[in-house]
Amino acid sequence: MPYIPHTAEDVRAMLDRIGVKSIDDLFDEIPKDLRIDSLPGVPAALSEMEVARLVSARAAADGRPLNFIGAGAYEHHIPAPVWALATRGEIYSAYTPYQAEASQGTLQIMYEYQSMIAGLTAMDVSNASLYDGASALAEACLMSVRAHRRSKSARILVPTTVNPTWRKVARVITEGQGLVLEEMPFCAEDGTTIPKSLARYDGQDITAIIIQQPNFFGQLEDVDALTRWARAHGALIIAAVNPVSLALLSPPGEWGDGGADIACGEAQPFGVPLSSGGPYVGFMATRLEHVRQMPGRIAGCTVDLDGKRGFTLTLQAREQHIRRGKATSNICTNQGLLMTAATIYLSLLGPVGLERVASACVARTAELVSALAGLPGVRAAFTGPRFHEAVLQLDRPVGQVLDSLAAEGIIGGHDLARDYPELGHALLVCATETRTVEDIAAYGRALGRVLGRQAAA
Amino acid sequence: MKQVEPLIFELSRSGRGATAQHPPAAAAEIPGKFRRRRRPALPEVSELQVVRHYTRLSQMNYSIDTQFYPLGSCTMKYNPRACNSLAMLPEFLGRHPLAPVSTGQGFMACMFELQEMLKAVTGMAGVSLTPMAGAQGEFTGVAMIRAYHRARGDLARNEIIVPDAAHGTNPATATMCGMKIREIASQPDGDVDLAALDAALSPATAGIMLTNPCTLGVFERRITQIARKVHDAGGLLYYDGANLNAILGKVRPGEMEFDAIHMNLHKTFSTPHGGGGPGSGAVGVGPRLLPYLPVPIVGRDGGHYRWLDERDLPDSIGRLSAFMGNAGVLLRAYVYMRILGAEGMRRVGEYSTLNANYLMARLREAGFDAAYPSRRASHEFIITLKRQARELDVNAMDFAKRLLDYGYHAPTTYFPLLVPECLLIEPTETETREELDGFVEALAAIQREAETDAPMVKGAPHTLPVRRLDDVRAAKQLDVAWKPAGA
Amino acid sequence: MSNIPNDLRYTKSHEWLRSLPDGSIEIGISDHAQAALGDLVFVEVPEAGRVLAAGDACAVVESVKAASDVYSPVGGAVIAGNELLATQPELINTDPYGQGWILRLRPSGDAADLLDAKAYAAEVAAAG
Repeated sequence: MPYIPHTAEDVRAMLDRIGVKSIDDLFDEIPKDLRIDSLPGVPAALSEMEVARLVSARAAADGRPLNFIGAGAYEHHIPAPVWALATRGEIYSAYTPYQAEASQGTLQIMYEYQSMIAGLTAMDVSNASLYDGASALAEACLMSVRAHRRSKSARILVPTTVNPTWRKVARVITEGQGLVLEEMPFCAEDGTTIPKSLARYDGQDITAIIIQQPNFFGQLEDVDALTRWARAHGALIIAAVNPVSLALLSPPGEWGDGGADIACGEAQPFGVPLSSGGPYVGFMATRLEHVRQMPGRIAGCTVDLDGKRGFTLTLQAREQHIRRGKATSNICTNQGLLMTAATIYLSLLGPVGLERVASACVARTAELVSALAGLPGVRAAFTGPRFHEAVLQLDRPVGQVLDSLAAEGIIGGHDLARDYPELGHALLVCATETRTVEDIAAYGRALGRVLGRQAAA
Repeated sequence: MKQVEPLIFELSRSGRGATAQHPPAAAAEIPGKFRRRRRPALPEVSELQVVRHYTRLSQMNYSIDTQFYPLGSCTMKYNPRACNSLAMLPEFLGRHPLAPVSTGQGFMACMFELQEMLKAVTGMAGVSLTPMAGAQGEFTGVAMIRAYHRARGDLARNEIIVPDAAHGTNPATATMCGMKIREIASQPDGDVDLAALDAALSPATAGIMLTNPCTLGVFERRITQIARKVHDAGGLLYYDGANLNAILGKVRPGEMEFDAIHMNLHKTFSTPHGGGGPGSGAVGVGPRLLPYLPVPIVGRDGGHYRWLDERDLPDSIGRLSAFMGNAGVLLRAYVYMRILGAEGMRRVGEYSTLNANYLMARLREAGFDAAYPSRRASHEFIITLKRQARELDVNAMDFAKRLLDYGYHAPTTYFPLLVPECLLIEPTETETREELDGFVEALAAIQREAETDAPMVKGAPHTLPVRRLDDVRAAKQLDVAWKPAGA
Repeated sequence: MSNIPNDLRYTKSHEWLRSLPDGSIEIGISDHAQAALGDLVFVEVPEAGRVLAAGDACAVVESVKAASDVYSPVGGAVIAGNELLATQPELINTDPYGQGWILRLRPSGDAADLLDAKAYAAEVAAAG
C-alpha cells in the first residue's frame, strides 16, 4: 500500500479502539447505493521504478529542441542553488504560514520577495504573488475599479499590443463583475500604441488603462506619454511589465510624472523553468494608498512579545477566509514555491547580474533579427526599439515553416496568424542570454534550408 | 532552531555578487528615454551567503517532512519525492508551452491519462486541467453554471446557495461571478437543513455549492435528496472537492449527481504545498456542462495528442491562464496516481477515515469534546475547546500555540466558523498509529498544563524562533517591504 | 458585561444612534461590537455629502481577524466622517460611544427598526 504505513495489527488495534469490526463500518453513514467497491478506468498500481521508466521514456521522446519562443514565457539560465534550496523539504512541504511562529522561514522569504518586487517596480508595496501574469492582470483590472473613487464606468482601455491570451483571461475573470474592456489599435509601422489615439476618449469616464512594456511584440511603448494622458484624464494606470526588463527600463513607479497605480506581470523569468506552461508566478505591486484593495497574501514585519523582529501575514481581513462574500478576490493561495525560487534567483543575480542578463537578451535578439531578416523572404515587421522579442514577416504561412524547423530540432517562434491576422505571415521570435552565437547561426542555416534559399551575402 | 536571521538586504555589501551567475557584459541598444535611471535595490551577496541564508530560513519552518501536520481541510499527506524528480525531468522542464505538439507527445500523453483517471475517480463526464488553484476551480464551476443558464435564456437565475459552514472561497467566488449569495443553515448534527434549503430554492436559483463530506467533517447523508430538490428547482450542483480524500475510491461525486466539481490536486493528490502554493484546481463536469469546460483540454486523434481549444469547444467559458494550467503540478499528480493505482486510491479513502476516527476516539477518551459526537468522522473531525475557554480561560488559539512547543503543527483553528473554539483535525492516511498516539498525549498534557499553569499556555509558544507576534501592530504600522536607508 | 448607555438607540447589527441638539444624528458601533472585533486596525468612513438610505453599508471597520460593514440605521446626507479614526482606529475600542463616533448625518426621515437600550441588551444576551 504505497505511502500507507499501517500493519494488520495496527488496523485491528485501531478498529477495536473505535469500536467497529471493519474499516467498511466507518462508512456506514454513507447511503449504500452511493458506495462503490472498485474504480474501473483507473489502471493498476505501478512501482516507483515502473513509473520512472514509463515517464522517462516519454520525456526522452520529447527531447530538448532549441527554443526561440517567448510570448509570455522566457527561457533563462536558472542557477543551480535555486531549486536545490526550493526543494528542501522544509520549504517544499510546508503550508501557508497561518501559524506564524512556526513559519518564519516562509514569511521572511515572502517579505524579502515583496521588497524586491517593490524595488524593481519602484512601487510602495507588493503582495506575495498571484497565480500567473494573466490572472494578475485580470485582478489588477478588478482592483482598479475598486480603487478608483470617482469613476463609475468600469471601462478599461486595453491596447491590442497587450498579450492576447492575457486579454482573453482578463475578460473571462472580470465578466461577472460588469467590467468593460475596450481594445485600442496599434501603429502598423512601429508596433506600438499610438498616444494620439487616446484623444477620442477625452472627456469620457475611463477607469483605467493597461500599458504593457515591452509589449507583446517586444516593442517599447511610449509609457511616459500614455501615463501622462491617463493622469490628466483621471484614469488609473495599470503597468504590465516584463520583470527582467526592469533591470534596464524605466520602472512603472517612475512613468510619466507620477508613476503607475498598479504594476503587475509574470515573474516566471526569475528562476522558474518553462515547465510546459506552469506553475508560474504572477506579481502585483501598488501605491500605499491602494494597499487595502490589493488581492493576495501580504507578509508584514512586526515584533513578538519580547520585542524581537518577526514576520506574519497581515491585512488578512481583505481575504476570503474573513471577508467571504465581500473579499477583494476569492484567492486562497499564492505561488509560494515559485515565489521562493524567484527570491533566491534575484539574490544570486543581484543588480549587476540582472542587468547583464537583460543586456544579453537585448543583444542576442538584435543578433537573431539580423541573422534571420538577412534571409530573402524574411523581414522585420516593425521599426523602433525593442527588448528581447521581435516580429518577423515571412513570404509564406508560418505554420509549415515552424513544423519543418521543429523536425530539425529548432522551435522557431510563435505563429501570430490567429491573434494578429492583420500582420500577414508573422512570427514572434525571442533570444535570451541562453542563446549563443552558434545557436543563432544554426537557426539561420536551418531557416535558410527550409525557405529553400541561401542567406544574403 | 536558529533564532534570528538577518534580511538578505542586511547581508548585502556593495560590490559583492555571485559572479559565476553573471553572463558576460553585452551592449544593449536602448534609447535613453526608456532607460532606468537608478539601479534597483537588489542584494549584493555571495553565492554561499545566499545558500546559507535560505537554508537557515528553511530550518525555521514546520513542514510535513519534519512534523505531523494535522491541518484540517488541507490534507497534509506525504509529498512523494518521486513525483518531484519525475516532474522535473529536464525535457519536461525545458519545454515551452507554445512549442508544436509534435515535440510534446510524451508530456501530453501524461496529461491525457491524468484527465482520464480524474474522470474515472470522480465519475464525471469531462475534465479540464487548466484552473491553477482550488479557488480558480470554484470560479470555473460557478462560471460554467452561469454560462449554462444564460445559454438557455434563463437570465433571472443569479443566486448561489451556500451553507453557512462553507469555506470562505465559496461566497467570494459567487460574488466574483456576479452572483448573489443565499446562505442556508446547517442542522446541529451537521447535515444541511432541508427546510432551509426548500425556503431558499426559487426561480432565481442558479445552483448550490456543497462540500461532501462537509466542512464540519461529516458526510451529508441526504445528498441524493438535496440533488433532486435543486435539480427540480432548475438549479445545478457544484461540488467543492476539498474533502475528496475522505471518499477517494469509495464514493464518486458524479454519482452524487453533482454537475460540476473541482479537485484540489495539492490536497488529495499530494502535490506540494510549497509554503503557500502552487495548487491546481482541475474541474470535472457532468454531461450538462461539457460544452462549457475551460480550454485548453488534451484531445486524442488516433495515437496523436493535440490541444482542444475555442475552435473545438465554441461554448467554452474560455481561458483562465496564459497557457494550460500548472503543468508541473499536474505531472506530480499524474505520477502519484500511477503509483497508487486503483487499489491505492481506495486505500486513501479507507485509511484517512480510519486514522481520523481513531484519533477522534482517543481524544474523546482523553476528555476532549467532539463537536459531532454522534457522527462518524470523515477524514477529519472537530474538537471544541469552548469548555476550556469558559472554565480555564485557555482557548483554541492557546492550545494551538502550545502544540507547536510539542513539535506538532497545530490543526486548523476557528474554521468552520459555526463551531466555537474549534480545532479541525485531519491526520491523513500517511501517518502511523504512534504519531497519532503522540499527538493525543501532547494535547492531554496541554490540558493538564492549562489546569495548573494557564498563563504559561497562554504565553506559548516558548521554544520557537519567535514568540507570539503582534498582529495589530503588523496591520497598523504597515511594514511590508524593506527599503534602503534614505529611500 | 458590555456597556449599553440608556440615552442611545441601537440596531440589531450593533450600531448606535445619538440625536444631537442641532437635529443631526451621530452613529457608531456598540461596546459589544468592538469587543467582538478586537483591536481595530483600520476604519473607512464615508465622505461628506454622500446620501444614504436606511440600512445602507456606510463604513467598514477592520480588525486583525474581521472586517465588518457598518450599516446606517437612518437615511440622510453625511455631514462628516470621523477623521481621527484614520490615524487612531483604536478610539472605537477605547471610547465607542464618545470619541469613537464614525459618522454624522442630517436625517431625511427614513429609519430602520431601532431598539432602546433595554431591547438591545436583550438582543445581546440572546445571542449568547
